[in-house]
Amino acid sequence: MPTWDTIDHDVLVIGAGGAGLRAAIEAASHGVSVGLVCKSLLGKAHTVMAEGGVAASLGNVDDRDSWQVHVTDTLRGGQYVNNWRMAELHAKEAPDRVRELEAWGALFDRTSDGKILQRNFGGHRYPRLAHVGDRTGLEMIRTLQDHGVHQGMDVHMEVTVVSLHKRDGRVCGALAYDRERGRFRLFRAKAIVLATGGIGRAFAVTSNSWEYTGDGHALAYHAGAALQDMEFIQFHPTGMVWPPSVRGILVTEGVRGEGGILLNSEGRRFMFDDIPEAYRTQTADTPDEGWRYVTGDKEARRPPELLTRDHVARCIVREVREGRGSPHGGVFLDIAWIKTHLPKAAEHIRRKLPSMYHQFKALADIDITTTPMEVGPTTHYVMGGIRVDGDTQMSSVPGLFAAGEVAAGLHGSNRLGGNSLSDLIVFGKRAGEHAASFAKESAALEPDAGEVGEAVRECLAPFDRPSGENPYAIQNDLQRMMQNQVGIVRQEGEMLQAAEALRELEARARRVGVTGHREYNPGWHTAIDLAHLLTVSEAVIRSALERKESRGGHFRDDYPEKDPASGTINFVVQKGPDGEMHVRPEPVVGVTDELRRLVETFK
Amino acid sequence: MEATFRIWRGALGSGTFADYRTETSDGMVVLDAVHDIQATQAPDLAVRWNCKAGKCGSCSAEVNGRPRLMCMTRLSDLDLSKPVTIEPMQAFPHSRDLVTDVSWNFRVKHQIKPFTPRTPDAADGTWRMQQEDVDRVQEFRKCIECFLCQDVCHVLRDHHLHEEFVGPRYLVYTSALEMHPLDTQERRDELRKAHGIGYCNITKCCTTVCPEGIQITDNAIIPMKERVMDHAFDPIVKLVGLMTGKVAGP
Repeated sequence: MPTWDTIDHDVLVIGAGGAGLRAAIEAASHGVSVGLVCKSLLGKAHTVMAEGGVAASLGNVDDRDSWQVHVTDTLRGGQYVNNWRMAELHAKEAPDRVRELEAWGALFDRTSDGKILQRNFGGHRYPRLAHVGDRTGLEMIRTLQDHGVHQGMDVHMEVTVVSLHKRDGRVCGALAYDRERGRFRLFRAKAIVLATGGIGRAFAVTSNSWEYTGDGHALAYHAGAALQDMEFIQFHPTGMVWPPSVRGILVTEGVRGEGGILLNSEGRRFMFDDIPEAYRTQTADTPDEGWRYVTGDKEARRPPELLTRDHVARCIVREVREGRGSPHGGVFLDIAWIKTHLPKAAEHIRRKLPSMYHQFKALADIDITTTPMEVGPTTHYVMGGIRVDGDTQMSSVPGLFAAGEVAAGLHGSNRLGGNSLSDLIVFGKRAGEHAASFAKESAALEPDAGEVGEAVRECLAPFDRPSGENPYAIQNDLQRMMQNQVGIVRQEGEMLQAAEALRELEARARRVGVTGHREYNPGWHTAIDLAHLLTVSEAVIRSALERKESRGGHFRDDYPEKDPASGTINFVVQKGPDGEMHVRPEPVVGVTDELRRLVETFK
Repeated sequence: MEATFRIWRGALGSGTFADYRTETSDGMVVLDAVHDIQATQAPDLAVRWNCKAGKCGSCSAEVNGRPRLMCMTRLSDLDLSKPVTIEPMQAFPHSRDLVTDVSWNFRVKHQIKPFTPRTPDAADGTWRMQQEDVDRVQEFRKCIECFLCQDVCHVLRDHHLHEEFVGPRYLVYTSALEMHPLDTQERRDELRKAHGIGYCNITKCCTTVCPEGIQITDNAIIPMKERVMDHAFDPIVKLVGLMTGKVAGP
């Protein structure tokens, strides 16, 4: 007989990065009982890795900035398939959310008049990113964590959710296991907020940790919620490429924000060779103008290294493919060159980019104040996710909310750097608030015990096959397949092969076996995560096949241009009554005349 | 080339070392070797890790007897002609293999009075702070909570005074609050009494193992010790205490 403990909360928040913590704080402030589930220890979620900053039009460095400019930058970056309502709310509310972090103890870098300092970043017209050196994410998660634990919430650390349960169409429970003892817990809740982050572990080269296996995406999908934009995956242009063991680790865009330039093996600054039409009037003509921009000259336009991430990543791939790459298959990112412009440049770099300096020194024996870094694209972020209402963050399943990376809409086809940290706090708050009111208006429902028991049995099944397939090997093969066939440059033939290969991987996953005990057994955890990874991989492949154009984080060799008709739709993925995955187009949400006028004004 | 990794296997304090041989390559770190062993030889080998870039502080362990982050310990810095030993942290209860129960740290933090800002005093309803005033606190806020300083501290590791001493991590945390330009809370009495700052005899072991290079002893603990002493033994404070005591007496 499968057994489990039962724990009750009004609102259950799954995921304890920036979005989950902010949602839990908000829900608690509305007087409901809150449980916060972390897959790892509290404070270790991926938010901790965010480096560059949090985007908010505070206008502390350039007073021409405003929410109106921020929303148009976000829409341009997302190439207009964003949820426009979310882009609007985000731009309007981000400044208050950032000031609130300061009131909770965050210490951002300062301007000379004592305000929060802001830096330049790709796709943002004005210096907009509030930051703390290059460890902004750490500052943010620590602030939320240290504030949050005093607001009245139960924190469940190292607990992984494996399934959601519904009654009368409403979500009412989540089944989980704790890593330390391998025991099951059923959380009963009146509302659930998913804040589980991304799907980076579906790819071989990624900046994401072991946790990012698309849990929230898959849980929501199997509970019947709609996903959207799953074809849009952000490959961050600058990950480390050498040594092999650090391949994929992020190199912050802040390096380019501080004046870092990209060079090919011929020493050519290749980003000047290909500037997209939509950004031509905003981009510097000469290296000199680019340097003046990063040093604060308001008359200058930004250097091409600060174009959007999708474009920069593709330019790097082109240089490597055409034989102009660095020795280990990337290109060079050079910040040391600023010494030709700046006295005491080495000191300046160490102060502005301390963790990058440390990371390269410690892991690659490279001193970035004297030597260029080798960098290449790394899987970083999924723009796609759970389709939510822009105001409430509720999914198509009543009582089920989503915020942060696991939710879709804000970023459209490509996310601007810095818009993720602000996304977490703006929509984390909204999700927490609306989940709390939903919980207050709803009675508790009982998950079906038979269904829960079946889910427990499924989780334990791999123990019955000690000589079954190795879970690490299946995960590895899936990652390679997705990287090679559904990566930065896609085409129909390869993706159809990927869809076939996925069937085989699914069959192997059904034969997965684990050895050892239930206590802290990573082999078992990997086996359970596989199901989520396979679901999200299918959603990515199916959506990418449907979008027959190139836009943002989705580039197709067989359809290299943008298709205007596809620019007004999102592809939505949902489980049909037949249990199969269905993909359908839906018109873009939230477009208003006012926003259209703004887009024209700030073109 | 191949190297041998001697890894502690077992649960709840009992266990034994097991030797694993695995291929090493350029630039590898200890955590890579552990992952290779896990993927091919010991799928149930328990290890805690997340970012693999020295930013989250999850993969703390003792490598050749020294507390370190496995993700930032390069094999090229170790002598691979001998087995590399990898053990769990010793200052916390053992869970399984390389994983320890660090929950005590979270409970301790919860006891420290949280950030309490003064009323906003700028016209826009926020505050103004100068960079030089936030610099010293930013040093403490670099902490990634890897708990290596707690692991190496002899007050915790050897004398097990977890109930009387909060450890270097939480003296750094308290310092960050006390030196925060906006904070108004008073924590000196509890630092001296409940949190046991007097137990620290500034051997600086914590500073030596900090992967973030925080000058724990010099910049956090010693200034806190001075503040606490000035406060506790300030004759004026004492006098005022006596007088108010008398006034409030029966």
